[in-house]
Amino acid sequence: MPTKIEKDSVTGRDTTGHEWDGIKELNTPLPTWWVYTFYACIVFAVVYSVLYPAWPWVNSHTAGLLGYTNRAELTQSLDVQGRERAKFVDRIRTASLAQIRQDPELYNFAIAGGRSAFQTNCMQCHGAGGAGSTGFPSLVDDDWLWGGKLEQIHQTIQYGVRNANDKSRQSMMPRFGADGLLTPQQVGAVTDYVLSLSGKATATPEGAKLFQEQCAACHQPDGKGNQEMGAPNLTDGLWLYGGSRDAVYRSIFYARNGSMPAWSERLDEATIKMLTLYVYSLGGGK
Amino acid sequence: MFSHATIEKNAILLLVLTLITVSIGGIVQIIPLFTIESTIERVEGVRPYTPLELMGRNIYVREGCYLCHSQQIRPFKDEVERYGHYSLAAESMYDKPFQWGSKRTGPDLARVGGRYSNDWHVQHLVSPRAVVPESVMPAYPFLAQRRLEVPDLAAHLKALRSVGVPYSDEMIANAAADLDAQVNPDADPTALLKRYPKAAVGKFNAETGAVTEMDALVAYLQMLGTLVRISDIPPERLRQ
Repeated sequence: MPTKIEKDSVTGRDTTGHEWDGIKELNTPLPTWWVYTFYACIVFAVVYSVLYPAWPWVNSHTAGLLGYTNRAELTQSLDVQGRERAKFVDRIRTASLAQIRQDPELYNFAIAGGRSAFQTNCMQCHGAGGAGSTGFPSLVDDDWLWGGKLEQIHQTIQYGVRNANDKSRQSMMPRFGADGLLTPQQVGAVTDYVLSLSGKATATPEGAKLFQEQCAACHQPDGKGNQEMGAPNLTDGLWLYGGSRDAVYRSIFYARNGSMPAWSERLDEATIKMLTLYVYSLGGGK
Repeated sequence: MFSHATIEKNAILLLVLTLITVSIGGIVQIIPLFTIESTIERVEGVRPYTPLELMGRNIYVREGCYLCHSQQIRPFKDEVERYGHYSLAAESMYDKPFQWGSKRTGPDLARVGGRYSNDWHVQHLVSPRAVVPESVMPAYPFLAQRRLEVPDLAAHLKALRSVGVPYSDEMIANAAADLDAQVNPDADPTALLKRYPKAAVGKFNAETGAVTEMDALVAYLQMLGTLVRISDIPPERLRQ
């Protein structure tokens, strides 16, 4: 390769010394600031690879002088946060739900923590404000399927409803129509009776009789339900699966057996207690 | 001898040297992933997908769910607080291809399994805003109407085995029966659960009699993140 560096007469700069078919090129070096930035990057990379995990070996890698790992940093920051919260969380863990309610400072913390846990874990079904939707109970009214007292809400959150957990709340409404326990015409009669309990239809004597035979065991002879079995009150005009004649008919024909996860499998005891108090504050009591 | 001019004038030499130079980057980055022991954590419980879950996973991929949902909880405090323990490489070692995703318009799904009821998933997929008014997710009501078309399951499982998913001969031979056992409430799931521990069994979409794409997709969603019991893992196994 020809290396005859000469001065270009027009620009007064050096050529690179290369020549192809009579064409020469000017030597235009990179700007100095760029070159030094580049060198600084190389130095940074070398320092970084000494301080932080960088070079792989056969079975492991260099740990770096700082011994940093993402997972260790996370564990540490969670520990720090845990210690900060421990002041309240430890007391929540040991105090009873009623005691927490008596202590304004602790109660405030519990409600804030409960709201935060609710927005992460519960709002998908029960709605951001706890109003629920079709098939998912509202938590802001006085209509409780499994009871609205503190202990009852606590138990429902801990073990859930109709899931695989041994302690979950269990009951099962039969599929009266689909499994042939009642004829479609009989389901219709029961539907009218159920609607008549909240004044939305006129009942027939047949419907009343069938209700007492088939439904009263769980929903009670007066239709006011039984929280021991999660059997809803049918007289209050509040409907989990819709209150139209068609919706109630479908509920009796195919039955409804909603479920809820057992949160003790996912959340710690203090979080569950805070959730309990938060949900209770929405509409609990009854 | 080894001057710039020599290399530039010899095309074969230039090609060989270029190949060697380019390979170094790949070798240094890729080979250690196979030899470093902490790349894939040694944890118990990860198993191949059941045939029904696999069908659901195919629908997940077909509908492009990964475009809005990631399946990778990163080791950051805010993510761990919201979604649960950070994801382990071991948890997606049988994902071919993996569904980690790179964008979260919707929430991360790596540990969504068991978090909501089957009914919730069905209702949410049919009409997301019926249960979450703030949602911007598209509705997928057709999933509940389309019958699940099952391809040659044995061939499907064999293909996955050839890329490293440990499907046994027994799993391949019983693939069709296992699919039925998971979704048919009248079938006996004992053999299925022996082959695929912790599989969720039942009619996932209770509103239709036929097995639909909805059943498969919900079965897949309900198993995500449920296989490994993180609390059982000694902390040193998670050290990197």
